[in-house]
Amino acid sequence: MRITQGTFSYLPDLTDDEIAAQVAYALERGWPCSVEFTDDPHPRNTYWEMWGLPMFDLTDPAGVVHEVNECRRAYPDHYIRLNAYDASHGRQTTALSFIVQRPADEPGFRIDREETRDRQVRVRLHPYALDRPRGARRVSAKEPD
Amino acid sequence: MSSADRWSAGVIPYAEMGYWRPDYQPKDTDVLAAFRITPQRGVPPEEAGAAVAGESSTATWTVVWTDRLTSYDTYQGKCYRVEAVPGREGEFIAYIAYDLDLFEEGSIANLTSSIIGNVFGFKALRALRLEDMRIPPHYVKTFQGPAHGIVMEREYLGKFGRPLLGATVKPKLGLSARNYGRVVYEALRGGLDFTKDDENINSQPFMRWRDRFLFCMEAVDRAQAATGEVKGHYMNVTAATMEDMYERAEFARDLGSVIVMIDLTVGYTAIQSMARWARRNGVLLHLHRAGHSTYTRQKTHGVNFRVLAKWMRLAGVDHIHAGTVVGKLEGDPGSVAGFYDTLRLNRVEADPRKGLYFDQEWASLPGTMPVASGGIHAGQMHQLLHHLGEDVVLQFGGGTIGHPMGIAAGATANRVALEAMIKARNEGRDFLAEGPDILRAAARHSRELDVALSTWGDVTFTYESTDTPDVVETPVSI
Repeated sequence: MRITQGTFSYLPDLTDDEIAAQVAYALERGWPCSVEFTDDPHPRNTYWEMWGLPMFDLTDPAGVVHEVNECRRAYPDHYIRLNAYDASHGRQTTALSFIVQRPADEPGFRIDREETRDRQVRVRLHPYALDRPRGARRVSAKEPD
Repeated sequence: MSSADRWSAGVIPYAEMGYWRPDYQPKDTDVLAAFRITPQRGVPPEEAGAAVAGESSTATWTVVWTDRLTSYDTYQGKCYRVEAVPGREGEFIAYIAYDLDLFEEGSIANLTSSIIGNVFGFKALRALRLEDMRIPPHYVKTFQGPAHGIVMEREYLGKFGRPLLGATVKPKLGLSARNYGRVVYEALRGGLDFTKDDENINSQPFMRWRDRFLFCMEAVDRAQAATGEVKGHYMNVTAATMEDMYERAEFARDLGSVIVMIDLTVGYTAIQSMARWARRNGVLLHLHRAGHSTYTRQKTHGVNFRVLAKWMRLAGVDHIHAGTVVGKLEGDPGSVAGFYDTLRLNRVEADPRKGLYFDQEWASLPGTMPVASGGIHAGQMHQLLHHLGEDVVLQFGGGTIGHPMGIAAGATANRVALEAMIKARNEGRDFLAEGPDILRAAARHSRELDVALSTWGDVTFTYESTDTPDVVETPVSI
C-alpha cells in the first residue's frame, strides 16, 4: 500500500529539485521549514520525531534539502516529511506538509474489529510496523497484507 | 418639526419622525445595514429609507404616545445615507444604523427578527433587499463562532497546503444503507477526504439514519486503513426536532465520525444549538444552505447570501456551501469572492467589485471553511484554485461517481489534478493560463485523470448570473 498523507502523495515522488522548489515557495512567504520522521504512520500519530528544530533563520532552499538528505541517511527505512509553518496572526499553523521519503515496502494497516451491542463495531487501526519492538522496527520488512 | 407636531395623533412621514438622519455619524458600536430599496412610484427615496429604518426598529404606522416613555432616539433605526444605484433606475441603497442596545447578545434569531422581521412586506416599497451588514466587534464577541474553524479543522484532520476534496453520494434518493456505504468507501479510498449526505437524505423509508451511519462508518474506517489518512463522511443529522438531532449526532460521535451536518432549513436557533454541541463534542459541523436561493438570488428582493454567510459564521458552523463560480449553480466571480472573504478573513475591507458595502472586523472569530459544490470536475482545477484559493472544500459528486472507470478512479483523478495544480502553483507557474497543460502532463502518469479529462474536459456552465455586484466608481449622493 501507499500512505497518502501529505500534500503530494498522489504524484510521483518529488525529486530533490522539486522539493527545493516547494521550499523556495515556503521561504518566500516567510514560512520556516522543518523535517520530521517516524516508523509509525498511523493517521492519528501527530507527533513524528523532529529532525532538529524548525529552521527559522535558514533562507536558502539548498540548506533545507541538505537536512532532508541527512535525515534520509540516518533513517533510510522511515517515513520523512517536510513541513512549512506559517506563524502569521490568524493562522499560526502548518501551511504545507508533504512526504519526502517512504519505505520501499509500506506494510500498511490491519483493522481489528470488536463487535459490541446493537450492531456497533468498535474499530482499531493497527499499523503492521508496530508489531516489532521499538528499535527493531523496520517498516520496510515484508509483512502480510 | 416642533415637538407638539411630532407627537400629535395621526400619521406623519417616517422621515419626519426622526428615521431620516443625514447628519448622523454611525458609532463604532452600531450595527449597520445596507438595503437595496425600490420605492413605490411617488415615494421619495429618503422617505422609503426612513420607513425601512422605522419598520426594522421602533416604529409602527401611526404616532404612539408611549414612545415618550422611552429614550426613543436611542432605539430608532437611523437612515443616514441614500444613494442611487448606477444603471438601475428606481433602485437606491439605503444605509441604516442601529444602536447595539436593540439586539440580544449572541442571538441570530433576535438579530434577524429585528432586521428582516417585518419590513420586507411593507407596502410603500415595491421590493427590498438586505445587501450587507456591518456587525461591530462588540457584538461579534457575544457569539461562539465556528465550533472549530479552519485552522483547527486542518490540524484535526492533519491535512495542509491544499483544498480538501469531497463528494456527495449520488443518487440522492433510493440507495439502501449498504449500497450507500459502498459509494462512501470507494470515494474515500480513491483519494477524497470527505463524502457527504445530501440535504434531503435524513431518515426515509428506503434508508433509516441509524443504518446509514453504521454502514458509512464502516466505509470510513476501511478507507482510513487503506490510505493511512483521516477520512470523514458528513452524517446529516437534520431532523424534525432538536431531540432527534442530538440523538443522531451523539450516535455519529460515538461511532467515531469526525463530522456531522445539518441543513439551513432547521433554522437559526437549531443551528446555534448544534454549533455548541459540535464544539462541546469535538465534531466538525457542516451546513448545507438548503433553500437559500428562494431569498438570496433575485437582485431586487430578499437577503444577499453575503449577509447569510456572515450570520452563519457568527452562528458557528465550520463549513458552508458558498458557490463555485464555474459550476452549475448561480455565482458571479466578484460576488463569490466576497462570500469567501466574509467567511475566511479576519478583517474584510469594503469593496464594491465584490459587493462588500462595509469593512468587517471579525476580532479573531475563527473562519468558516467555504464549500464549493455543484457541477465541477477535475478539468476545471486551475480555475477553481484561482477563484477559490486553498482553504475550501471542493466537492465533485457527479465528477467522482460518474467516472467511467469507477468511483475510486474518479476520486483519484480529482486528487491527482488537485495536487498537480498546487505543486505547479507553488513552483511559481502561471497555473491559470497553463492549467490545461499542467493537467495533461499530470494525466500522463494517471490514467484515472486522463479518462476524466476526456470525459468532462469541455463541460462548462456559461449562463449569465442573476446576482451581480453593481460596480460603483463614484456613488451618486442625493
